[in-house]
Amino acid sequence: MTTLELPPKPALPVTPLPPPVLRRPRSITGAASWFTTVDHKRIGILYGVTAFTFFVLGGIEALLLRLQLARPNGTVLSAEAYNQLFTMHGTTMVFLVIMPLSAAFANYLMPIMLGARDVAFPRLNAFSYWAFLLGGLFLYSSFFLGGAPNGGWFGYAPNTSITFSPGHNIDFWVFGLQILGIASTTGAVNLVVTALNMRAPGMSLLRMPIFVWMSLIAQFLVLFAMPVITVALFLLMFDRQFGSNFFNPAMGGDPLLWQHLFWIFGHPEVYILILPAMGVVSEILPVFARKPLFGYPVMVFSGIAIGFMGWGVWVHHMFSTGLGPAAVSAFSVATMFIAVPTGVKIFNWIGTIWRGSIKLSTPMLYAMGFIAMFTIGGLSGVTHAVSPHDRQQTDTYYVVAHFHYVLFGGALFGLMGGFYYWWPKVFGYHLSEKIGKWQFWLWFMGFNLTFGPMHILGLQGMPRRIDTYPAGYGFEFWNLVATAGSFVIAFSVLLFIINVARSKKHGERAVGDPWDGRTLEWSITSPPAHYNFGESPVVHSLDDWWHRKYTEDEQGRPVRREDHPGQPVPDSPEVANSVHLPSPSYFPLIAAFGLPVMAYGMIYRAWAVVILGAIIVIGGIYAWGLEPSAEPGGHDDHGPELPGPDGDGGADVPDDGPQELVPAGVAPLETAAPESASAEPVTGEGP
Amino acid sequence: MTTVEATAPAPPAPPQAPEPHGDHGAHVTNTGISNEKVAMWAFLGSECLLFGALISTYLLYKGKSDPDTPQPSELFDIPYTSVSSFVLLMSSVTMVLALSAIQRGDGKRLRIWLTTTALLGASFIAGQIYEFTAFVREGLNLSTNVFGSSFFVLTGFHGVHVTLGIVMLLSMVTLSARGKLGQERAETIEIAGLYWHFVDVVWIVIFTVIYLIP
Repeated sequence: MTTLELPPKPALPVTPLPPPVLRRPRSITGAASWFTTVDHKRIGILYGVTAFTFFVLGGIEALLLRLQLARPNGTVLSAEAYNQLFTMHGTTMVFLVIMPLSAAFANYLMPIMLGARDVAFPRLNAFSYWAFLLGGLFLYSSFFLGGAPNGGWFGYAPNTSITFSPGHNIDFWVFGLQILGIASTTGAVNLVVTALNMRAPGMSLLRMPIFVWMSLIAQFLVLFAMPVITVALFLLMFDRQFGSNFFNPAMGGDPLLWQHLFWIFGHPEVYILILPAMGVVSEILPVFARKPLFGYPVMVFSGIAIGFMGWGVWVHHMFSTGLGPAAVSAFSVATMFIAVPTGVKIFNWIGTIWRGSIKLSTPMLYAMGFIAMFTIGGLSGVTHAVSPHDRQQTDTYYVVAHFHYVLFGGALFGLMGGFYYWWPKVFGYHLSEKIGKWQFWLWFMGFNLTFGPMHILGLQGMPRRIDTYPAGYGFEFWNLVATAGSFVIAFSVLLFIINVARSKKHGERAVGDPWDGRTLEWSITSPPAHYNFGESPVVHSLDDWWHRKYTEDEQGRPVRREDHPGQPVPDSPEVANSVHLPSPSYFPLIAAFGLPVMAYGMIYRAWAVVILGAIIVIGGIYAWGLEPSAEPGGHDDHGPELPGPDGDGGADVPDDGPQELVPAGVAPLETAAPESASAEPVTGEGP
Repeated sequence: MTTVEATAPAPPAPPQAPEPHGDHGAHVTNTGISNEKVAMWAFLGSECLLFGALISTYLLYKGKSDPDTPQPSELFDIPYTSVSSFVLLMSSVTMVLALSAIQRGDGKRLRIWLTTTALLGASFIAGQIYEFTAFVREGLNLSTNVFGSSFFVLTGFHGVHVTLGIVMLLSMVTLSARGKLGQERAETIEIAGLYWHFVDVVWIVIFTVIYLIP
């Protein structure tokens, strides 16, 4: 049981607990408590801060690349350094920035949007975060241990096999991604269960906020895509460490096997990156257009359609490998088809803001920027579905332009808008609108200056992944423009950091519902109490909070309800004190810590270290499984404990992935119990 | 259920005494299935893709090995592997018996059947180790050819899954012996059983693909 900042309460150790190796951490405030927290909001913040730090690192790598390419025959970087930097730039932005930033938003928002008090498995959530952080640090430690990975973010074997990449560079990549894969898979299990099982009474599936839907689909994709790259990495690991022949053509190994496995993961991965940002934008647009999301069910189903079709298009990454006309035609058609649900979404966003009373606050600027930039990226994507065109553009800067328009112009625009939109909720103060708008326009211009010219460079035939180019091919001008643009983006990011620092001191304090929002996170105070909801909300419609505030007149215009205060009401102290949340724990961090230990042992073939790491992981998981989710003792305010360490179903299943080890998200369900038992059927009648 | 305020706040006061068969919140999740069980199903879904990718790799390399190196047909002892497969299959039966025992609240039989399941699994693993050493003795190892690579990695990967399952079963025997696995925790055994049955089913696929299909 948490010591929730409760006033005087002599922390009496009721019964001497069985002598633990580590006494259960109890504090939920202070610097040290961040290491043991299981609160989804704090873990979400940790994800956000970590991912943003990696964003800065990946951005610095990009700036170095752009400096090198600014002029012909650049001498800023050696070819080897260039290879390492572009590999780390791609790997960082995909695995250490956009995925975890999406996880940050999902972690923080999903339970609140669902009306729950935490995710389904709070300690597993902490484990996912620590595994992500340690995996990222492990990957970056390669810079100091003989050189970073240098085989591209796609790591094509056999180029990455031991014959052609004898150093440890690729080993760091292989093991780093495996650790990150564990982190994201456990996170996906957690979030999927949360969305399916932890909804407040009345929150049918088709009343879930669109962000939750898009995150849910993305997490399903993580669940099914990650194992495929895990196998690819596993095979490569066996080739490199133990001399197997999976990617060794001399022994009958097939180089295309890697490409197939990688892109069967890689294309769903694209949607893993973009769907959450689409969800963010779909939350922002209705609020700042003051209209409901246009075609909510269609948005949901087009998201699901993208999730399914995303599995059938991977070969368009391989059109130039000579798979034959049948495969190429089939995947061309599939790739064109996937543009349909995507297009549906774009039209729905436009429909949402069409004739709305638009307020151009910073989040809205980012959301509208997203629509425009993502559409450009989507259209250049369709040109890749045309295989003759694709063959022409393969491995040129045209491809680089395309995927930056979807990942930067799409995902990062959306997520940056999400920062401005939810910042007041998360931290209790607004970011400066003035700096925010400057930041947006710099971001927007810098982005287009950097990546727009790459279309032209690509059409002119400039290949990607080259560390330099000779003068006289007509590449000079646009490369210089792109480099200039990249520094404009860097300046914009700097402005964002300044904005955060300044607003923390001078920013306007946020009320609970500063934007006149629609979803449940705005129905509680800013920042939320650590237990989110004093009482489990009962949901009656999509955009429930909006409908609590507004009714409609005859023309269908929103009219404020007079009986509603308009702003969330803080919980009474009695309610606040009665909430019972899972206790902090050391063990997620400890278990995660064993993973990089194992990986270092594998790389340097120190088997004792591998075993030590395995013992740490297994020991951590056992200790975690055997400790109750919420520590009994200390408080008397919660009536009798449920029998046994409640909710610890499967607390003792200490292997095969810790999924089933962790307790249910305890509190919300207990409070909700009387209602939810009878309340709503699970699958909903939509609005 | 109109007024939010009307419903009692957090502490579920005395009246609603938790039922003895409390399925750990199984009644209050939206799906009616406990979080742990949904998580296990999600995890197993993920595992399907893991084994799917490995089996695809094996199939891709089938018949691609240098004919001068050891071939599957020369090495496989199908009657032997059939027996060990049968042993593994029978362990699913004992797993079901263990579940039935805990549902009846029979801790002793629970431990007997869990131990039997673990022993059957261990016999399978012992068989696999024997088979691996026999193959190595006959000249097939991880780097001999692509058959060796894909065979050892796929079956070894499955073997690791069975081994983890055995550790899991033995942990439960220990917990039960210490009185921490009562009837109300039957779902824990059920979830462990899901994993165990999954690993068995995967073996049926692997056995068919590797050994039976020529």
